[in-house]
Amino acid sequence: MEPKIDRRQFKQRSRRELLKLSPVLLAGGFAIPPLRKWLLGRGIAFSDWASGELFQRGRPAATFADSELTPLERFPYNTYDDDDPGVDLDAWTLTVSGLVEKPGEYTLDQIRALPKITQNTRHVCVEGWDVIGSFGGVRISDFLASAGADATAPFLFFECADDYYESLDMATALHPNSLLCYEMYGKPLDRGHGAPLRLSLPTKLGYKSAKYLTALEVTNVLRPNHRAYWADLGYSWFAGL
Amino acid sequence: MRGGAVDDPKDGLPKDELEDNPEGKKPAGDSILAPTPSAGGVETPLPAEPPGPDHAVEVPAVLTEKPSDSVRAAFEHPWVVRFCHWLNAVSVFVLVTSGLRIFRAFPSFGPKLPQKNLVDVPKALTLGGWLGGALQWHFTFMWVFAGTGVLYLAYEFLSGHYKTVLFTPKDIRGVWPMVRHYFFFGPQPPATGQYNPLQKLAYTSTVLFGIASVLTGVVMYKPVQFWWLAWIMGGFHLARVWHFAAMCGFLAFIPGHLIMVVLHGWNNFASMLTGWKRDPGYRLPTS
Repeated sequence: MEPKIDRRQFKQRSRRELLKLSPVLLAGGFAIPPLRKWLLGRGIAFSDWASGELFQRGRPAATFADSELTPLERFPYNTYDDDDPGVDLDAWTLTVSGLVEKPGEYTLDQIRALPKITQNTRHVCVEGWDVIGSFGGVRISDFLASAGADATAPFLFFECADDYYESLDMATALHPNSLLCYEMYGKPLDRGHGAPLRLSLPTKLGYKSAKYLTALEVTNVLRPNHRAYWADLGYSWFAGL
Repeated sequence: MRGGAVDDPKDGLPKDELEDNPEGKKPAGDSILAPTPSAGGVETPLPAEPPGPDHAVEVPAVLTEKPSDSVRAAFEHPWVVRFCHWLNAVSVFVLVTSGLRIFRAFPSFGPKLPQKNLVDVPKALTLGGWLGGALQWHFTFMWVFAGTGVLYLAYEFLSGHYKTVLFTPKDIRGVWPMVRHYFFFGPQPPATGQYNPLQKLAYTSTVLFGIASVLTGVVMYKPVQFWWLAWIMGGFHLARVWHFAAMCGFLAFIPGHLIMVVLHGWNNFASMLTGWKRDPGYRLPTS
C-alpha cells in the first residue's frame, strides 16, 4: 500500500520530467530587451490579425436613445496635443487622392450633399473610459462611392491639420456605422471636436477617429513607419471593438 | 498535506525501516504509482535502456547496498498540469502588473468628466512603463493565458484528472476543519487524497477567476463583435468591473498559495517541477 519506487528510478524519472518542462524557459526571451521588443511586436501584430478576422462587416455598433447621451459638455476633447490647430474653415477642403476615379479637392458642401446619417454611438477610449455621443455626417462608404474609389484597395490614409495621421482598413471604412462626421449633437463640429470634419468610428477605439481631416488617400500600401500616429508609437493599429 | 494518515501504524516507524523493503515483498497495489501503465510495477528492475554516463558511477554503489533502495514517492502532477502551471504563473504576473498600468490611465469606474479616481496604483507595481507598453504586454500574454487555460481544461476533463482537484459539494464539509487547522491552530484533519477540500476550493476558484478574466476581457476588447457576451455580463461598463474583480480574486489567492508552498517545504515544491512527490502525506488508494 505504501507508494514506493526505486530511488534511482525516482531520480531518473524526476530528471526526465523536469527536462520536459524546459519549453517554459522560452518565456525568458521576454527578459532580453531586443527580443522582448520583437516578441511584443509579434503579440500586437497577432492581436491585430485576430481582430481583423473577428471583425464582422454586418455587425452594427450599438446605438443609443437620446436620453442615454453623455451631455456635450462632458464629452472630452482629449486631443493629443492641440485643441485648435487653427483651421481656416472657409478655405477648407478635403484633398482626395490615390486609387480614386475623381481625385481632387472636396468642399464641405460637396460632402454634405451626400445622404446624412445621425447616430448615437459609443466612443471608447483606450484609457478605459467611454462616452455616448450624437454624431452626424455621411457614410465613408457613400463618400468613397461618390469619389469613385477602388473598394478593393486595403487601406485609407488620413492626414490632419495638426500633425496627426491615421489609417483605416477598407472593411471598417465600408462599415455602415463609419462616418465622415461634420456634426455632433446636431451642431457643426466645434474646433475642439475636430472642425470641420472628423472620423466617427464606433467599431474602433477613439484614437482612430481622427479630427481636423485635411486629406484622404485610398492606397494599397502604408509606409512602414508612417501608418498611424499612435500605432507608430506602439499602440494597436487595428484597434477594433 | 504533511503528516500522514493517522490510521497507518507504519507511520510511527523510522523512515529507514519503512524503506527497508526486501525485493519480492512487493506491496500490493503499488503498480498504480507508475506514471504510465507500460512502465510496470515500481519494484521491477530498471528498464533495459543502457544507463547514461552519470549512472556508471552509481551502479556499483547500488550493488553494494540493500537489494531494494526505494523511496516513498507518488507521481502527482502530469506534464500538462506543470507546463500550464508555470506558464500561467508567468502570464498572471504579466497580466496583473500590465493590467494595473492600464488601469492607471483611468483608475475609475465612473465617468471621464468629472473623473473620480478610485486608487492610485504605485507605478513600481506595474509593467510596461506607459499605457501603450502595458497594452503590448497585455495583448501578448492574454493569448498565452487563454491558450494554457484551454489546454489545461481540455486535459483535465479528457483525462479525468479533474476528479483530484475539482471542488464538489461533498468537499464543503471539509473546508472548515482545514481553515481551523491553517488559521486557528486546530487539529490537522486526516489527509484523504492529493488535495484537501480547502485546496480544491482554492484551485477551483482560480480556474473560475481565469475563465471570468478571459470572458470579461473579450467583452472589453471586442464589445461590438461580442455584444451578446456584453449583454450577459450586464453591459460594457460592468465587464470592466468584473475584469477587475477577477484580478482581485487572483491577488487574494496568490499570497496564500505562496505561503503554503513555503510552509510545505521542498518536496512539495519540487513536485510541481518534476511531477514526483517524495513522501506524500497521504496513502494512495489500493485499487
